[in-house]
Amino acid sequence: MTGSALSIARSAPDYWHQAREGASDPGPGLNLTIRNLTKSFGANQVLKGLDLFVSAGQFVSIVGKSGCGKSTLLRLLVGLDQPTSGSFWFGSVPEEKHDESAVRVMFQEPRLLPWARVLGNVEVGLGRARKHADARDRALATLTGVGLGDRRDEWPSVLSGGQRQRVALARALVSNPRVLAFDEPLGALDALTRISMQNLLEQVWRDQGFTALMVTHDVAEAVMLGDRVLLIEEGVITLDLRVDIPRPRRRGSPEIAALEGRILDALFKDARAGEDA
Amino acid sequence: MSAERRAGRLDGLVPWALPLGLVVLWEIASQAGFISSRVLPAPSAVVAAGWRLASIGELWVNMGVSALRAAIGLVIGGTFGFVLGLTNGLSRKFERATDTLLQMVRNVPHLALIPLVILWFGIDETAKIFLVVLGVFFPIYINTLHGIRSVDPQLIEMGRTYGMTSFELFWRVILPGALPSIFVGLRYALGFMWLTLIVAETIAASSGIGYMAMQAREFLLVDVVVLSILIYALLGKLADSTARLLERSCLAWHPAFQSK
Repeated sequence: MTGSALSIARSAPDYWHQAREGASDPGPGLNLTIRNLTKSFGANQVLKGLDLFVSAGQFVSIVGKSGCGKSTLLRLLVGLDQPTSGSFWFGSVPEEKHDESAVRVMFQEPRLLPWARVLGNVEVGLGRARKHADARDRALATLTGVGLGDRRDEWPSVLSGGQRQRVALARALVSNPRVLAFDEPLGALDALTRISMQNLLEQVWRDQGFTALMVTHDVAEAVMLGDRVLLIEEGVITLDLRVDIPRPRRRGSPEIAALEGRILDALFKDARAGEDA
Repeated sequence: MSAERRAGRLDGLVPWALPLGLVVLWEIASQAGFISSRVLPAPSAVVAAGWRLASIGELWVNMGVSALRAAIGLVIGGTFGFVLGLTNGLSRKFERATDTLLQMVRNVPHLALIPLVILWFGIDETAKIFLVVLGVFFPIYINTLHGIRSVDPQLIEMGRTYGMTSFELFWRVILPGALPSIFVGLRYALGFMWLTLIVAETIAASSGIGYMAMQAREFLLVDVVVLSILIYALLGKLADSTARLLERSCLAWHPAFQSK
């Protein structure tokens, strides 16, 4: 399955362009500006005044230890939680209004509706545009783009974990979002499926041009996919590293390993200091 | 006919092999004189009694009356249980307001109300339907409530991020998610429905299968008594099969109902 997924992903661009033609707003990514963002749960302050600017179309990887606030940040950005204080906006000015489908999120779990066929699940991603006449065609084009066009009438329960996650990706992509947030999207997949999914993610990001924000536990994955890697520790950004390695990047190359090492050093500097003491 | 199809047909008979085998054994034992016809008449005698009652129309009238009572009670009690299960499942406030009362009522065996129900309604239709309503209400209420509460919150969150309205969320996520549990409730309710009806009809009725059995007892017509019991068994099986069929078509997505 892994091998065929790769070849399908490479031939995907035709389908993306088809899917895009029907879209009302085919524009690429949006800027993201975050100003002094905080979030508390009771007495526990998870985000402590975060500032960030992400330019349109950038791929930003966010790493950090469990509980550092990276997932909370993502949940605020996609509207699943409300900030305690501070603000953020997509686009060039705070007043800019966007379609509800401009920002999409993909979770670690596929979260497919078990009672809807594969194609029906992708149609969910169209949001209010689901009732348009071309909804089915758009959903099918996107599903074909992730290499699962022939599985459209299956129930999600018969798909493998990697296939389910590709359906979830198609659901997130079908509305041509301008910002796509990933919350450890590949965390539950086996190593080989993970690599083919990373390639697919990079492929669709390059073809569609959305702004990508990806929370991950895997530092190698963060460097492999990101234009930038942010390290969040205790609710603030402590490292903002530019990844200037040209694409396509080669897994395991020395440049990637070097950056990975720098991030891991930063992540474990406390532990190092502890060892020295 | 291919061997495979023949095997398929035989396979369909497997669930019936045991009850049919028992009937054959029973017939043989009766014919051989091991079982006195005063204790238990032979199946052939029961069939003959059924034929006799069917030809004078009495059987059909009583079966119709019983089935109608069961259906009316199920529809009324089921609707109440379903609607209250939905509202309490969707609204914590509503549940807090009604739950104490419902749990208190639930713990009274509804058949204990028979004397009171006879005092209220006499022995006419209302009394029996009221008891059936009580009998089917709780299984459907509790399982609907449980079904709604156990819908995966991650799916609800997913629905929200994709801009579903409250109605869409209910119709596309919550109700389908609760459906397996609602069907469990329905099948329990069908059991309670027949149980309640049998008891109510034998104690206080002037028509119906239960009444037919009690009348037959007065005149020592054991064959009719056994016939009545068998009819209950068949009607119960019929109701359960219908529920299963419904379940199979509504829950085709569920791994438990996929043949592959």
